[in-house]
Amino acid sequence: MFFLSILPLRHDDLKEMLDSNKDSLKLEAMKRIVAMIARGKNASDLFPAVVKNVACKNIEVKKLVYVYLVRYAEEQQDLALLSISTFQRGLKDPNQLIRASALRVLSSIRVTIIVPIMMLAIKEAASDMSPYVRKTAAHAIPKLYSLDPEQKDQLIEVIEKLLADKTTLVAGSVVMAFEEVCPERIDLIHKNYRKLCNLLIDVEEWGQVVIINMLTRYARTQFLNPNINVNDDEDEDEEEKEKKAEAMAMAKRKPYVMDPDHRLLLRNTKPLLQSRNAAVVMAVAQLYFHLAPKAEVGVIAKALVRLLRSHSEVQYVVLQNVATMTIKRRGMFEPYLKSFYIRSTDPTQIKVLKLEVLTNLANETNISTILREFQTYIKSMDKDFVAATIQAIGRCATNIGEVRDTCLNGLVQLLSNRDELVVAESVVVIKKLLQMQPEKHSDIIKHMAKLTDNIQVPMARASILWLIGEYCEHVPKIAPDVLRKMAKSFTNEEDIVKLQIINLAAKLYLTNSKQTKLLTQYVLNLAKYDQNYDIRDRARFIRQLIVPTEKSGALSKYAKKLFLALKPAPVLESPFKDRDHFQLGSLSHLLNAKAGGYQELPDWPEAAPDPSVRNVEVKESVRAVGTVTYRDTGALWVFQGPQKMEGSEVTDLDSFKCLKLCLMGHVYLCRCMWTECDTQCGSDNLICQTFLSPFDSDLFSTESDSASGSESGSGSGEESGSGSQMLSFSTIAPSSTVKSYELLHRITGEGLSVEYCFSRQPFSSDANMVAVQMQFTNNSTSETKSLHMEDVKLQSGMRVKEFAEIESLPAGESATAVMGIDFCDSTQAANFQLKFFVSIQPPVGELMQPVFLTENEFKKEQGQLMGMNEITEKLTLDIKCRNEHAIVQRVTTTANLSRVPCGSDKECRFAGRTVTSGSLVLVTVVTKDEGATQLTVNCEKMVIGTMLVKDILLALTQ
Amino acid sequence: MIHSLFLINQSGDIFLEKHWKSVIGRSVCDYFFEAKEKAVDPENVAPVLQTPHHYLISILRGKLFFLSVIQTEVPPLFVIEFLHRVADTFQDYFGDCSEGVIKDNLVTVYELLEEMLDNGFPLATESNVLKEMIRPPTILRSVVNTLTGGSNVGDTLPTGQLSNIPWRRAGVKYTNNEAYFDVIEEIDAILDKSGTTVCAEIQGVIEACVRLTGMPDLTLSFMNPRLLDDVSFHPCVRFKRWESERVLSFIPPDGNFTLMTYHVSSQNLVAIPVYVKQNISFFETGPCGRLDITIGPKQTMGKTVEGLMVTIHMPKAVLSANLTATQGNYSYDLATKVLVWDIGKLNPQKLPNLRGSLSMQAGVPRPEENPSLNIELKIQQLAISGLKVSRLDMYGEKYKPFKGVKYVTKAGKFQVRT
Repeated sequence: MFFLSILPLRHDDLKEMLDSNKDSLKLEAMKRIVAMIARGKNASDLFPAVVKNVACKNIEVKKLVYVYLVRYAEEQQDLALLSISTFQRGLKDPNQLIRASALRVLSSIRVTIIVPIMMLAIKEAASDMSPYVRKTAAHAIPKLYSLDPEQKDQLIEVIEKLLADKTTLVAGSVVMAFEEVCPERIDLIHKNYRKLCNLLIDVEEWGQVVIINMLTRYARTQFLNPNINVNDDEDEDEEEKEKKAEAMAMAKRKPYVMDPDHRLLLRNTKPLLQSRNAAVVMAVAQLYFHLAPKAEVGVIAKALVRLLRSHSEVQYVVLQNVATMTIKRRGMFEPYLKSFYIRSTDPTQIKVLKLEVLTNLANETNISTILREFQTYIKSMDKDFVAATIQAIGRCATNIGEVRDTCLNGLVQLLSNRDELVVAESVVVIKKLLQMQPEKHSDIIKHMAKLTDNIQVPMARASILWLIGEYCEHVPKIAPDVLRKMAKSFTNEEDIVKLQIINLAAKLYLTNSKQTKLLTQYVLNLAKYDQNYDIRDRARFIRQLIVPTEKSGALSKYAKKLFLALKPAPVLESPFKDRDHFQLGSLSHLLNAKAGGYQELPDWPEAAPDPSVRNVEVKESVRAVGTVTYRDTGALWVFQGPQKMEGSEVTDLDSFKCLKLCLMGHVYLCRCMWTECDTQCGSDNLICQTFLSPFDSDLFSTESDSASGSESGSGSGEESGSGSQMLSFSTIAPSSTVKSYELLHRITGEGLSVEYCFSRQPFSSDANMVAVQMQFTNNSTSETKSLHMEDVKLQSGMRVKEFAEIESLPAGESATAVMGIDFCDSTQAANFQLKFFVSIQPPVGELMQPVFLTENEFKKEQGQLMGMNEITEKLTLDIKCRNEHAIVQRVTTTANLSRVPCGSDKECRFAGRTVTSGSLVLVTVVTKDEGATQLTVNCEKMVIGTMLVKDILLALTQ
Repeated sequence: MIHSLFLINQSGDIFLEKHWKSVIGRSVCDYFFEAKEKAVDPENVAPVLQTPHHYLISILRGKLFFLSVIQTEVPPLFVIEFLHRVADTFQDYFGDCSEGVIKDNLVTVYELLEEMLDNGFPLATESNVLKEMIRPPTILRSVVNTLTGGSNVGDTLPTGQLSNIPWRRAGVKYTNNEAYFDVIEEIDAILDKSGTTVCAEIQGVIEACVRLTGMPDLTLSFMNPRLLDDVSFHPCVRFKRWESERVLSFIPPDGNFTLMTYHVSSQNLVAIPVYVKQNISFFETGPCGRLDITIGPKQTMGKTVEGLMVTIHMPKAVLSANLTATQGNYSYDLATKVLVWDIGKLNPQKLPNLRGSLSMQAGVPRPEENPSLNIELKIQQLAISGLKVSRLDMYGEKYKPFKGVKYVTKAGKFQVRT
């Protein structure tokens, strides 16, 4: 690189260097060549010398050769073919990264003759077991398509195949390919819709943008308008209202229910509003704007306002979109009004956009604040901005009747401003305002008439002249005098002013011909010989119209009506009105013109298409089994499940599924090796490549305290009896009978023994506590006095309601007491002193209370607890419990759940809520032949879910 | 998506071009130059321009324009965000993003651009992944490379690209394991003439410098997370944990990165650390004006205000300034009409004052508007919102890292209208 600054050597020297045996010389030569390309210099004559090095061992030389090749292959097609075999060899390399890179370069060479080779390579790579190679294949699809659009049908097949891919790595790239090649084939998305929604959060940022934009369009074709029952526009005219009313009447007959898939999309995109990437935030914002029910759209405002802190280019785009949104949904941004205040250091284009937003946000309540802000803006040194502010004031005045007079007065004051541009702009705006109620303001018109002596800006002069002409009856004395002055300066005026002078003359001629007849003639004569043909035309036309001659037709009778008709006041509208028919955030929206390749945002369908098209067979589980998700992982993963995988290579699918639990999330905790392997689940991505070295168990011990896993249970389990011990001998107990645990043995308790049980009754004084019933027995020979709790040691957040003190317990007697403990939905122990140190630790099943759900409610709730909140296990039922009754009994004994009615006898469902937070816990047991059973637990609290799965699994298999 | 990229310096020379699809001639930039000419100020060039066959999307970084050529519909923010990411990467690699530095490292820049986009679609934008493939240049390495013909392209394959945590490179090793977090808060405010707050808000950012061996899993928790009204995260942060427990749980990238940015709820009153007494007036008679500015501490929470600086964009008619400062130095740039008063530390006992006269161009009418003051300041060891990090825990690795949190408050867009 040091040599780069030295004068470029002749190409012959470079050729020589490329031909040498030394890699260092080759590298040096390649660097110079690439530097030439970067500067835009032609290096094409070196092609043969460079291509020879395509198989060079040195990786940097190779990379630079690729850069060269991609740049010049199009120009030297024949020679480029020499390199193809190298890439074909690369496609077969055992290393996935080399395969990917070979495909990448091969597909970037724009040589039509190799299309069949590319097609073959893409097809092969699309079923490669490495997701990285598959990703590269997805990238190659649009390249091939642009080279040869004839290949579309075959490419769609590949896209279809890759869309079914379950890895986050591939998802973004393949949707990108879909958008470029076949955006109209919305049917390809159906089966993958839910998967894409669920994967979204873990896809890389750029892919997220593409997927979200595509799903917005998809949703517009598949779901119903969620706002069908709501009045959409804040200001709409009568006709529209009628239409709405009709639609509403229709809607009333059929109440709107949001499709769960529609909800899924909204729910899964919402957290992405927190992305650091402005493009992602904007994509979610437009999705909510176009798809969400009106009441929910508000969430995007905060995130968009946040983007205003970003680079000025980002601000520019965001403000354009906010401006469009504020027209439709003003309320959403009102709380953030102050965030749009303008600083003197903002670039002018940002200032003008902020002004636009402020104007759109103005209403009766905040107008006084906004006008006060505007007043400071008017004094700015940035004159373009001042002009825009005056326009904005004009718009506020037209939109909000209450402040019209205030605004007008303010603007009139500006007429005495020293800056001519300010005055001119004010004149233009005042003209528009005056048109609304001219009769009230003749003194303003007089004032403006005086301005013609000083003001030079053509647009302003033209505006004043028009005003005087239009309302000449209000200023009968001044008007002819103005015309006189104008006639004098006619030849020096700008064209628009000249046109208005003619207009004024005509109007005066019609109303006051006595005074102005000669003047008008004079002006028309001047205009007749003007250089501009528009002016000549106008003069001829007007002369015919107003000056009666024998030839003049019937029209001249109506001249007065033509010229002095009542003209409607102009509507001052935002330039952003109606821009929302473009998808927000798009280039087309920004330019307000359809850009090439823009896909229209379809209108909502009248009736929803069949939602079942999105159903997928159970095998292809929606949540993409085996996908290593990261950001979705709520809690640290507790190491759970059958721990038989130690040190073994996993080859069969079952144990693979067992692994899944611990793999999800923190694969990397396991110091795993990335190796490749050909299992039958080869297509199943990353996990297949992830084989665990023997688990480093102490690695996990660091987690156990926070994760409150099963380990912490076994510590105190010996004396108090852990959950699993209980299960082993309580299988016969029906759900109503409860199992007692020992709290204090009579020997350690010096005669006092205490047992406790979870009564499963609601604890009366605090609904968030688990009721624990204690039985005290005095086995000693003497009376025990004042039994009460002291020195309670709890984990943070936990609470205890102590039982009433037992004043005395005579020898041989028993007493019961009930206490309440809020375990905070964790299995942490509550420790306290009861003469002796004791500890109560709940099995996870006791941390919940039953709720009654109908079958439909259950399904709905389960639908909302998918993804990481769902844990599925396969098991084989214990011989003794292969009937419904036994299953129900065992499950309800393990956990305090109630049964949910169910149509099928192969399926048992249970529901409950955790005591503290009230999170739903849903359990489904589906039995198949031979005791094969699938157990599914859906719970928002993943730790509870995993532990519960383990407990129920134990209960059902023992 | 992104078809080509041109890097353009302020005088309008294209000094680098890169095409990801077929080559587009430089003449396409003429439309941009035309717009630039019209806009006068470089920051007023519209970021998105339409030409007969292409769309041009550009950003201005430092003094360079990054101009990309687009042919079909694409979200403009997508491109803008990407271009900024490219500029960030250059900054990260070369410590600066200027024409000279880019020209010196032309080949590395080209290699980076090659990896960052494939067919115009972003491929690898994470700095950790890129650094595995293309090593950033150091002086030592470039000397060694020129002598031995070694390369700065990594010979190991970038495995990070394959993992599900692409932001972290594999096999990180340090002898000193350390994790530092800087909580930086900026006050954005507009004060009016009388000193009342027109609007004020606090924007915060947590910059992290994490050098930890292996695959550490960190949890950062706050004493008062409720303060945070709006947040955005580095992709490594787990949303669900934030939503349910209000802690930041993440596997960090290696090196420096922005962990999160936040906005402190605007309902809270924002403490304004300084007050400004100012009087700028231009006389109707005679070509002169007077300026008198005093700054004093207001709500500083007992900390010292440092790095105090006042910048004023004077009206065009102001020819020169003849002022005396009781503390610090002032300078007046005649060309840009910018008055800068660099005060330094604020001493509450002796308030800094700047006063004197301004001489105006004769014959030009008195400027109507008084210029507003932009204030910069810095307060060490204070997060003005009161946000506090309560603890940092590490899971997944056994060693004990050094941990540290630093708080700084700065003035962001802090403006006093006069």
